[in-house]
Amino acid sequence: MQFFFEVLIGGLLSGVMYSLVALGFVLIYKASGVFNFAQGAMVFFAALTFVGLMQDYNLPFWLAMLVALGAMVMLGILTERIVLRPLVNQPPITLFMATIGLTFFIEGMAQGFWGANVRGLDLGIEDVPIEWLAERYGIFTSKFDIFSAAIAGILVAVLAIFFQRTKVGRALRAVADDHQAALAVGIPLQQIWRIVWGVAGFVALVAGMLWGARNGVQFALTFVALKALPVLILGGFESIPGAIVGGLIIGASEKLAEVYIGPFVGGGIESWFPYVLALLFLLVRPEGLFGEKHIDRV
Amino acid sequence: MKLKKTVITGLAIAATLGAAPAFSAGEQFIGLTSYRVGPYAAGGSGIFGGLIDYMSLVNARDGGINGVKLVWEECETEYNNARGVECYERLKTKGPTGNTVVHPLSTGITYSLIDKATADKIPIISLGYGRTDATDGSVFPYVFPLVTNYWSQNTAKIKFIGMKEGGMDKLKGKKIVNIYHDSAYGKETIPVLDVQAKKYGFSVTHVPVAHPGNEQQSQWLQVRQIKPDWVILRGWGVMNPTALKSAAKIGFPREKIVGVWWSGAEEDTIPAGSAAKGFIAAGFNVAGANYPVIKDIQKFVYAKGNGNMEDKSRVGSVYYNRGVVHGILTVEAIRTAQEKFGKGKPITGEQMRWGIEHLNVDAKKLKALGAEGFMPDLKVTCSDHEGSGKVKFQQWDGKKWNVITDWIDADQSIVRPMIEESAAKYAKEKGIKPRDCSKES
Repeated sequence: MQFFFEVLIGGLLSGVMYSLVALGFVLIYKASGVFNFAQGAMVFFAALTFVGLMQDYNLPFWLAMLVALGAMVMLGILTERIVLRPLVNQPPITLFMATIGLTFFIEGMAQGFWGANVRGLDLGIEDVPIEWLAERYGIFTSKFDIFSAAIAGILVAVLAIFFQRTKVGRALRAVADDHQAALAVGIPLQQIWRIVWGVAGFVALVAGMLWGARNGVQFALTFVALKALPVLILGGFESIPGAIVGGLIIGASEKLAEVYIGPFVGGGIESWFPYVLALLFLLVRPEGLFGEKHIDRV
Repeated sequence: MKLKKTVITGLAIAATLGAAPAFSAGEQFIGLTSYRVGPYAAGGSGIFGGLIDYMSLVNARDGGINGVKLVWEECETEYNNARGVECYERLKTKGPTGNTVVHPLSTGITYSLIDKATADKIPIISLGYGRTDATDGSVFPYVFPLVTNYWSQNTAKIKFIGMKEGGMDKLKGKKIVNIYHDSAYGKETIPVLDVQAKKYGFSVTHVPVAHPGNEQQSQWLQVRQIKPDWVILRGWGVMNPTALKSAAKIGFPREKIVGVWWSGAEEDTIPAGSAAKGFIAAGFNVAGANYPVIKDIQKFVYAKGNGNMEDKSRVGSVYYNRGVVHGILTVEAIRTAQEKFGKGKPITGEQMRWGIEHLNVDAKKLKALGAEGFMPDLKVTCSDHEGSGKVKFQQWDGKKWNVITDWIDADQSIVRPMIEESAAKYAKEKGIKPRDCSKES
């Protein structure tokens, strides 16, 4: 039973890391209805810019973070100006395809700016088991994973306050509900999109820093987006709490499946198991756990 | 920023696109199917950087090979099979005698090129990757998995573990977990490990990690349950630092983890930080810049501003030095071929095949090349396209790799029958009539 809980806790903590990436998708989809395929590339670019500024230009931590954040906001503004604005009123699939193109551009730009080297990133939090937990209960849980979960929690709380309590947040929600109506009451759509892409850039930076500290800052960071997709299907594309709950479910279930079902089917199932789970979930609740149910007139 | 250099390079490429590079009649052309962008760019840039720098050294220091200058052209594959084949086709007829040799630096591209290259009579050097059974040159005349293949390396690895345990007889009853990348590459050593487990009496549990391997918590929790004496890490890319970090999370000692050479570069350990300290990896080349061959590259190439590596601190790293090994073997094979087919003249791919098949880089030669201790000696024959099978083991001390063993031989009593069986099966499937190596000269 102790082993079961260890796997479960580990899975939940991994799920939080998936949620961090999923949050970026949710923010953009919520405000603009665009499924931003480039979110993984943004995570990579943000982390590489941050670590590159520290290692190549000897910038201190906070300054590097600030400059990297500035770069992400700039990227968001340019994306809105160059990619999205000319495509306003185009079908969603067109916007989706544009973000696929954006993905390759960002990946190439990141390696063009900072080179192809794999870089280490130390945030000063050790990725080792918490001693008293290991000694008292025999459960090995990493300090870094707990730290990441706390960061994700703070991020969600900040985003929730931003969306619920600020004027900009309310405008964002209005745009998310109905573009036309929001425009009619004088909400500047383009400015809202720029803000959303900027916030998504900030989330990408936080996710990139945590994932980068965990596995190294390298191209493989772009793959973490693949882990966010089943989270989104499960939690709903428009819900911030959904991204968190979806992440927890996906994280816990994939680990438990790998450990308890994997050995009977040759192992290595955690790459596809979340997708199977998400697909099954789609059959029952297509809009996800917290997604909005859309009823279209036909 | 590096962008400036990239933009200038891009403009330069754009400016020269209209005019194909002209190669002189007396030059030896090497087409390079390289990758410098994409997920595996760190490995590609290091290895191709080392290879190009060595060829530049031979041109600058020696005036080429018996006066024949080496020329090359790169084609970006991004480690993608389709692009690899496209690059091969684009490069194969370039230069006065066509492409001399292919270094696919990808098992997938190697597999895709075997039939084509054999038909085109252009040899493939798959140094430390590719088809293990291509070691049997009677079936694979144009494929050369030089120095050591995965099966040889794996038997050397078990020998190393045996040495650490105090003898091969001490392996009886031990538990080994094989954590492998869930791909054809990762699965390649499962059969040979099973044979060794039976022979030496240890138990082996194979634990797959799904690509790309950036999440391994469940695998390492299984390791904690199994409580193995040793873990073999057969990783690639992000899977390696993640494995080391995950091992640290469960408190598994890193000095009991032995990796393959695709787990044993600075790019695998630096991202893992302190979690990598103590980790051991096999290698057919060592790290370090303190070898005469690397010093010559510094002196004749970098001091004159002609080095290929953008980040000069990578000169002497594991990947870079592996590229230099690629360079040494390519150059020595051309030299060997020239001795038969005419000194001072560029050779064809077919002649290069002969050169590689008669390559003999012994200890004396290695010393003359400034590569003593840097790579193992090797002697290639018609039936043995590997030529060596030796590896050294290096341990990461938190900052750099340190060599901790001498060259360890493979256990050919296990490997050779498996290679012959697998190659014979391939020959049957493809309808290939194996060459009679006793009649080859």
